[in-house]
Order: sequence, then C-alpha cells, then structure tokens
Amino acid sequence: MDNYFEIKDLKVGFKTFEGIKKVLDLEFLSICKGETFGLVGESGSGKSVLALTILGLLPIPPGIIESGQILYGGEDLLKKREEEMRKIRGKKISMIFQDPMSTLNPVFTVGEQIIRVIRNNEGINRKQAEKKALEMIELVKLPDAKNILIKYPHELSGGQRQRIIIAIALSCGAEFLIADEPTRNLDVTIQAGILKLIAELKKELKVTVLFIANNLGLVSAVCNRVGILHEGRIVETGTVKEVIKDPKHPYTVTLLKAIPANREEKIDLSRILLRRENGQETGGCRYFDRCPERSGQCSKSSPSLTPVDGSHLVACFKAFERSGINEQTAS
Amino acid sequence: MFGKMFSPEVLKPQIRELKLSIYLLNKNKLTRLSMITVILLIAFAILAPFIAPYPSHIYGIANPQDKLLPPSAKYIFGTDELGRDVFSRVLYGTRISLQTAILAVGLALLIGIPLGAIAGATGGYVDEIIMRITDIFLSFPPLLLAIAIAAFLGPNLQNAMLAIAISWWPWYTRLVRGQAVSIRERQFVKAAKAIGTPHFKIVFGHIVPNCIAPVIVQASMDLGGVILTAASLSFLGLGAQPPTPEWGLMVSTSRNYFLNAWWYSFFPGIAIFITVLAFNLLGDGLREIMDPKTRKY
Repeated sequence: MDNYFEIKDLKVGFKTFEGIKKVLDLEFLSICKGETFGLVGESGSGKSVLALTILGLLPIPPGIIESGQILYGGEDLLKKREEEMRKIRGKKISMIFQDPMSTLNPVFTVGEQIIRVIRNNEGINRKQAEKKALEMIELVKLPDAKNILIKYPHELSGGQRQRIIIAIALSCGAEFLIADEPTRNLDVTIQAGILKLIAELKKELKVTVLFIANNLGLVSAVCNRVGILHEGRIVETGTVKEVIKDPKHPYTVTLLKAIPANREEKIDLSRILLRRENGQETGGCRYFDRCPERSGQCSKSSPSLTPVDGSHLVACFKAFERSGINEQTAS
Repeated sequence: MFGKMFSPEVLKPQIRELKLSIYLLNKNKLTRLSMITVILLIAFAILAPFIAPYPSHIYGIANPQDKLLPPSAKYIFGTDELGRDVFSRVLYGTRISLQTAILAVGLALLIGIPLGAIAGATGGYVDEIIMRITDIFLSFPPLLLAIAIAAFLGPNLQNAMLAIAISWWPWYTRLVRGQAVSIRERQFVKAAKAIGTPHFKIVFGHIVPNCIAPVIVQASMDLGGVILTAASLSFLGLGAQPPTPEWGLMVSTSRNYFLNAWWYSFFPGIAIFITVLAFNLLGDGLREIMDPKTRKY
C-alpha cells in the first residue's frame, strides 16, 4: 500500500451565529493508486464538504479548516495557494458533480464546452481539439458522437449528460476522480450504465476514484474499499467484503438493514430516523443517541478508528469488546 | 478568445436557433411590423445620401427663394426657413439618429456588462465598490445627468453620445450583476471551477453568455430611449449643432415657424415618434422570444 492520497486529522467546520459547527472530523483516510474508494453516509454527514475541501472549493468565509492535512502525492493540498490549486484541478484531480441536469452550461453546445476545456488545458488548435472531443465522447460510449457534439445540453437525456460530464472531467487527463453521487437523479437503468462506464474507464485509464454515495448497495457494486461516514467521522472502513459481510459498527449494521430489499422480517427504522437535535458536543460517541447498543462508556468518551482485523478499521467500543481489543479512547 | 471560429458542424445549431428566432419574430403582427420598420430605417440610414431628392440640401447652402414652402410634389415634406428640402434632411437624420443610438448604447454596454459581470461573479469588496459607484450614477435622473455631462464637455454630437453612454451604463451594470449573482451559484460554474477554469474565463465564458438575453432585450428597447434623449439634447442645444440635419435640432429650430409652417416640425417629430415606437415594440417582441414562458409557437 503506497500512500497515494491521504487525509490526516482533518477538521472542517462552518461558522454560524451559534458558533462553529463541526462538519468534518476525519482521523484518517487513505486511498491507494488505482483503487475505487467508496464513501458512504447519510445526507448531512459531510460527504460533499469533503469533496469540496479536497479541491479547495469550500467557500471559506462560512467554512473553516481548523486543522489537518490532505496529502496528495506527498504534498499537502491545504497549504497550496489558489493559483497552484487551479493547476491541480482538472489536470490532476477532477470532479463529477451530483446533478447532471445543471452541471452543463445551457447556452453552449456540449461540443463547444468539451473543446473549450481541452483547449484550456492543452495548447492545441481548434481542429485538433474537435478531434479529441470526438474521441472523448466515444470513450464514454455515446453513439453518434458527431451528432452529440452539436447538441445543446437540454437536448440530451440525463444519462447522456452525465456521460458528457464524465468526458469533460477526464478530458484534461485527471488521474484522480471524485465522483460525488454521480448517479443521483438518474433512474436505475441509467445508474447501472453509468456505474459500468466508471468501472470500465477505471480499467482503461487507470484512474483512482473517490466514489461518494448515500447507498451502500451502489458502493459495494463498484468499489474496492469503503468508508462509512457518520456526522463527519469515519466510523468504519475496510474492503467491501469485510464491511458488508461482517459489519462491526452498529451504524453500518443499521445502514445495511435499511437497504430496501425483498425480505420477510420488518425493519425497525425508528433508530436510523433519530437525529441529534442540536448537535452539541457531548464529548461522547456521536452515534450515542441513535445507537441500539450504547452503554455508559459511550457517552463519556469517543472511540478512535482502530484496526480490528487486517485492513478493517472501526470506531466503536462495543466492537472493540467483541473483538477483544483493549479500549482505546480519543479525546 | 473563446474560439469563435466555428467549423460548419458546430455552427449548425446556431443557424437553427436563428431560424427559430426569425420564425417567432414573424408570429406576432406588432413585432413583425416593428421589425420591418426597423429594417426600413436601417436601409434609409445607409442609403440616405443616394435616395434623398436634394442631397445638396442636407448640410447645404440656403436657397431663400424656396423658403418655408408647404408640402408639394416638388418638396414632399415642404422646405425649411433656409429653403432646404425637409424630406432629404429627415431622411439623412435617420442615419445620424441610428448612429448616435447604436454607438451610445454600444459604449454603455461595453462599460456596463463587464463591470456588472465582474461585480456579480466576484462578490465581496469588488462587488461593493463597483455597485456603490453605480449607485452614485443611478441617483441622478439619466436625462439630467446627460445634460450636465454634455454641457460640461461642450455641445456637439460626439459629446452628446458620450454623455448618454455615461448616464446609461449603470442600468446595464445592475441588470447584469443581478443575473451574474444567480448564475454564479449554478452547478456548471462550480463544475467549471472544479476542472481548473481561471476566474476570468468563468466570468466572460460562462457567466456573461448566460445573462446576455435580458441585456439584449433591454438594449433594443433602450435604442428608442437613447434616440429620444439624443433628440432632447439637440433640442436643448447641447447635442448636434446646425447645419446638422438632426431631428431634435430640426424640431428645435422649427419652433419659431410653428404657426405658419406646421410641416417643418411635424415631419422630424413624426420620424422620432416612429423610430422610438418601432424599437420599443421590437424590444417587447424580443423579450417574448427570449423568455420561453411567454413564447407563443
């Protein structure tokens, strides 16, 4: 495991009238070159904030990066100046946004938009850029590329648009792709198509993908490893097999149960629907209020991410007990 | 700058869009009428020196034997106090008015659009500074400001044009800024940032093209207003100077002869009226086709 991409002790918050609200508190996250890492969490858990922070696009007046490091190829992205970051965006790290319906500029043809991005990053003339744009459209498996090139975004379907967006994201040769819920607002058939495309492109272009989703099922289909994000903290991480087959954290267990499927037993959703009302810091485990297995210790101190089984890391006292690990606490 | 040299394939949708626009403009009778009027006005403006029956009368010397003749077969709009053909002069006035209006509005757009886009897209102090300066200009009534500037610069047509542009740009700045603020938050702008597009290119490549539609509508309506303002300045003696055949100036001079020679003030006045009305109606029509919600196919 080489350290291709690493996040250490990242704390991000937002300034509000009630003081600083903590959004992200990541102890540790590492992604290896060439793998697909899935980040799963409910809405509001900080997934998109993480994506924006990596790219340096977090609006800084309300947002605050309190501490931490984001190491990419050995360099700390948080220490880079805006000008340096701009050169990394697109060329090294690229992003696919949630909503394919609004990510394209409505007043230009998609061809114009792809060509512009290509010309922006490579000093080639228009004819060459047009050729490259055609190649990119063929790469994302859209038929009749020539015809697509002259279409306006509103003339394309959601799936077609998302493919175009992927083409644009990859057209500057990015090697690290952040996909922030790329299949949101798409129906299941198109979802499957987009997921297949991302998997194929990964093989072809050898890109590393950070796949952000709120659906554990989706992630298990495309990813090598997953991290479960809960209120800004990673509570469990490991290979897909480890996490899905043998979930250690009660939150993961509930998430897995909540996937709608054909099953006989009724699922109790009351726990997962519970929310901490005001999100104040109690010093204890953030999952305490919703946890079915909570005990006295959980309200006093917060568990830190600890390996339980090879690459499988978890942050839960109960899980430690079960695996026979000495209690480890973090502040 | 943004690769406007389109190859034929990429150009096709633009042609299709243009055809759709022309089709829609033709749908509404009033819009069609105004469009035909505007095209005729432009034709007159270009051809004025060639189709005027008495080209020498346009800036010309006096021929007192024909002074203040009523409309007849020889002089269809009559003659003025110096015996010049009013028709030739009104015809040539079209050229002067359109030229003044297009240059003044163009200059105002040239100042207003970039400032508004930068203010809206950048936000913060930049926005604050640009918009407060704009507010200062907006706090004067536009005609009054134009009069003050024209009087300060000295009375001639170029200065009147400049004065109009200076009093007009803040409206465009405000219009564009409002659009830019909402477009800045759109997903495609964030996406453009995420792939490393420089701020300058985001402002002029993504934000400006997206807020141009209401500006076009506003500008086409303003052309009428600017013609009126230019005529007003000339009427007050702050714009075109004699012997320029400017409509406002002609109306101004004709005041002295109004009771005996109605044609002298009537025809330039009617020319101003038709031109302003045509541009306003065209603006209305453009608004209808630019906004898909009011579109009637």
